[in-house]
Amino acid sequence: MMRFSVFTYAAVGFVVLAAGAIVLPDWAMFLFAMALAKGLVCLGIVGMMRGGVVSFGQGLYYCLGAYTATLAANFLGVSDIFLLTLLSAAVCLVVGLVFGPLLSSYRGIFFAMLSLALSMVLYGSLSKMSFIGGTDGLNIGAPTFLGWAPEGRPLQTALYLYVVTIVVISGALMRVYFDSEQGLITLATRDNELRVEYLGASVRNVMAYNYVFGALLGGIGGTIAVLALGHVDPEFAFWTTSGEFVFVAILAGYLSVPAVFVAAIILELVRSFSNLYFPNTWQLALGIFLLIVIVALPGGLGSLVSRRKGQDT
Amino acid sequence: MMTRKTGIAGALSALALTASLATPAAAEDDTFKIGVITFLSGQAAESFGVPAWNGGKLLVDMLNEGGKLPAPYDTVGFGGMKIEVVVVDEAGGATKQVQEFRNLVQREEVDAVVGYVSSGDCLAIPPVADELKAFTILYDCGTPRVFEDNSFEYVFRTAAHATMDNVSLARYLKSRDFDVPSFAGLNQDYAWGQDSWADFKGAMSQLYPDAEEKTALFPKFGAGQYGTEISALLREKPALVHSSNWGGDLQGFLIQATARGLHKRSQLVLAAGDHVIPQLQDKMPDGIFLGARGVNGLAANARGGELKELTDTMWTAYEAEYDTFPVQAPFRMWQAIFGLKTAVEKAMADNGGTKPTDEQLAAAMSGLAWDAPSGRIEMALAGGHQAIQPNAIGTTKWNTETGKMELVDVEYYNARCVNPPEGMKSAEWLAQGFPGAQCD
Amino acid sequence: MDLVATILVDGLIYAGWLFIVSVGLTLVFGVLNILNIAHGSLYAIGAYASASLVGAYFAAGGDAFPYGSYIAMILAAVLVAVVLGPLLERGLLRYFYGRNEVLNVLVTYAVFLILEDVMKLIWGVNPYFVYEPYTLLGTVEMGSLFYVGYDFAVIAAAIIVGLAVWLTLNRTQIGKVVLAVIHDAEISQTMGVNVKRIYLGAFMAGAFLAALGGALTAPMISVTPGLGVNVIIVAFAVVIIGGLGSVPGAAIGALMVGISRAASVHLLPEAELFIIYFVMAIVLVFRPEGLFAKTQARKI
Repeated sequence: MMRFSVFTYAAVGFVVLAAGAIVLPDWAMFLFAMALAKGLVCLGIVGMMRGGVVSFGQGLYYCLGAYTATLAANFLGVSDIFLLTLLSAAVCLVVGLVFGPLLSSYRGIFFAMLSLALSMVLYGSLSKMSFIGGTDGLNIGAPTFLGWAPEGRPLQTALYLYVVTIVVISGALMRVYFDSEQGLITLATRDNELRVEYLGASVRNVMAYNYVFGALLGGIGGTIAVLALGHVDPEFAFWTTSGEFVFVAILAGYLSVPAVFVAAIILELVRSFSNLYFPNTWQLALGIFLLIVIVALPGGLGSLVSRRKGQDT
Repeated sequence: MMTRKTGIAGALSALALTASLATPAAAEDDTFKIGVITFLSGQAAESFGVPAWNGGKLLVDMLNEGGKLPAPYDTVGFGGMKIEVVVVDEAGGATKQVQEFRNLVQREEVDAVVGYVSSGDCLAIPPVADELKAFTILYDCGTPRVFEDNSFEYVFRTAAHATMDNVSLARYLKSRDFDVPSFAGLNQDYAWGQDSWADFKGAMSQLYPDAEEKTALFPKFGAGQYGTEISALLREKPALVHSSNWGGDLQGFLIQATARGLHKRSQLVLAAGDHVIPQLQDKMPDGIFLGARGVNGLAANARGGELKELTDTMWTAYEAEYDTFPVQAPFRMWQAIFGLKTAVEKAMADNGGTKPTDEQLAAAMSGLAWDAPSGRIEMALAGGHQAIQPNAIGTTKWNTETGKMELVDVEYYNARCVNPPEGMKSAEWLAQGFPGAQCD
Repeated sequence: MDLVATILVDGLIYAGWLFIVSVGLTLVFGVLNILNIAHGSLYAIGAYASASLVGAYFAAGGDAFPYGSYIAMILAAVLVAVVLGPLLERGLLRYFYGRNEVLNVLVTYAVFLILEDVMKLIWGVNPYFVYEPYTLLGTVEMGSLFYVGYDFAVIAAAIIVGLAVWLTLNRTQIGKVVLAVIHDAEISQTMGVNVKRIYLGAFMAGAFLAALGGALTAPMISVTPGLGVNVIIVAFAVVIIGGLGSVPGAAIGALMVGISRAASVHLLPEAELFIIYFVMAIVLVFRPEGLFAKTQARKI
């Protein structure tokens, strides 16, 4: 029953978002595409948050994915979007498999700090690698879609529909995962890890899975973001970028998948208008909003529509 | 599953909200809307971004009034169209700037973009400008890479690039018979800093083949604290220290270096140093060789000649409005706006008097030449997309009587002496010993 | 001067600065169990306050007694602690005591976002310069190199701060009480300790130390928005390496980071940026509690 519902809702979600390709003006379609791409990264964080850990370093995979796509496009001549996504996902999968088991034994502050340190190591390394742009970063050309090379509005529409598809598929798959055995064990871990171990489940495994999924989603999100923007630089791995992903994840809460993307869109909208209209107060607004959410809505926006018994933070 | 429904409701409302915000800020046909991007906050604001914008604001007002400037700039606005400006803060990094650029072009619907002090932004924006087919003028940034590594249809740079600054410095040293047994550099670690050092090294290897190159330091852009780097420079004892630092980084470096006596041990040469003079005043030591990336600031004031009337008009107006003299940034903004005016009016003459499209503007700007307080600006490189202009290098000297900083021993270089010729990359031009240079 | 000595001196100067900046962070974590991301903002506010106060001091005729500017700098740090300490701790953080550590990090992250803009609203977006205190103490010649007396004053300040904190914690009555609270706040409370006051005091001390770091840095640089963003990361690295909650650890961490950075600039400039985070990551992987951390019992 449940599985049927997920895919129905996924289909409806796709139709709604895809309508944006017709309704939205150019600048808004670009904004939505960026928001959805970043939302993918936040979905990864939510996956880990369900297990009680918060990663302050998802920028690592966001940046890694973006750079992989850019380097593949610029030095290997790959321009097909499907290929680029697969390539970035593969690279991030490998790196995630390397760091996952390491990080899965950390909790709380140390998990946050280690993930942050790893992403800052990437930031520092990329900043000094002048042969791939250093702090200036790199530009990437427009992607092709299985041989089709659109320009202008068709290009934006194609990119937008591509990210919508990926978002809907990832969202649906993650929802299925969240409701699966491992997903429920994750939730239990959040409440009391030791008891989960006593009951025979492997907490380390589940944490590692969550981390690897986070890495994959981060890489895919980064790839789409760089293709929408046309530019990548080491700032993708800086801690403030990761902090924004965490902000969206907290805002969304860990209960609902669509909430993640709604929250991401909200943030992008605020950011988009901020520079012109309220450059010196938008971070203030974000900070206050975050505090309100932490205090009043510990389950995030998603908890507005779905309750979980006995939740505290 | 309530979460799904509400999620979809959320997405729907977000879509609806955005669609409703889609009322374009329509630009009418009797105004010309430009989007100006410059540093309004942060360490590059006070010495660069804000003076540039101040100069720009002033000039736009003067043009909109009409008749305040000598011919051919005495007509109102751009070809009779009033100039409307939207200004955006360049702070926040290249990724943010790409988003702001898209907003300016697609949401604010500006007719032209004039922007970018930071070379990092100048590398990120042009591909996007071509993608959106938006006429863009890069008015300030200095990295030569923009048009040497790529070519763009809709992007133009109305100022000369870093090669000019560093070749001029080297020539100044030579013409003053300055002895350089060794030299070192401290430059910011990004395109501008790296290219400036590469060009200076290249020029020096031609003019001072026996000079030993000592350490080349590349602290991060915005580092601000150079204690360890200054120790390294003091240890190495080079005869000359080159720096293309600018803004707050230059101020910090100068304060820290002079406090520790680096300027007494090594000659400091600054590729773009004039703009920190108003902030540092007498804290800037005497005897530093510096350029203003063109005949700008104090060097322009002293030049006289045919452009005296234009220069004096702008200089007096700026001083009257802002209580300080204009440094290089406003000069470069002026040459960009004068160039844009010339291009718009040329395009209108060609198309029968209507507001030009991005394509018509690009055609008009290509290969254009015009006069500005900085001198004669010619779009002579990169197929008509990259400007060359004359340059000047001087030595700092504090005038205790007037309480002002002066530039003495100023030498002027014409554009074709210190800029590479068309079709040749700067690195090649330097390596081959400046073929085709026309110096007097 | 030979290379090793130069690296040591440069490293020591940077380490002194690092220690002052980081010790407040580790103290606050040790006592209150909060990893304060807004520590960077307190540093920046200290720098701004110092710039304003010193500027006002010289404008009001302080040239007669320029050393008064140092008093102004310390006063600025005290002001920041006295105003923001209670505001943040009593007004916000105390509602989150005993909660999840990471939640507290998120709360301080929100505070960081808020303070970044508050700084822009109060001091504007343009840079502030107050160079006078930097050059007042003249130059010191070491071998063939010149250093500013000010740099060594910072080292002296770091040593004084370190000794003061250590002595207070280990040799005074109040210090012993604080150590008790660090060990177990609940039991301390049942023994009659006013834990609330200890928390407030510790937070104010942390805020003072952060602001002092900023105040001491202000004369060297141009004080601009965004100052705290880079500092907080470096402070984290130092504190993680030394062990959260350990003051001697912060000193060792500062020395390690300071000297490795100085060595990197002199010997391998390409590595300069990531060496700090690399060391931080290595320490986290092999000895996550840091080199000198207080041991914590795992609660079930």
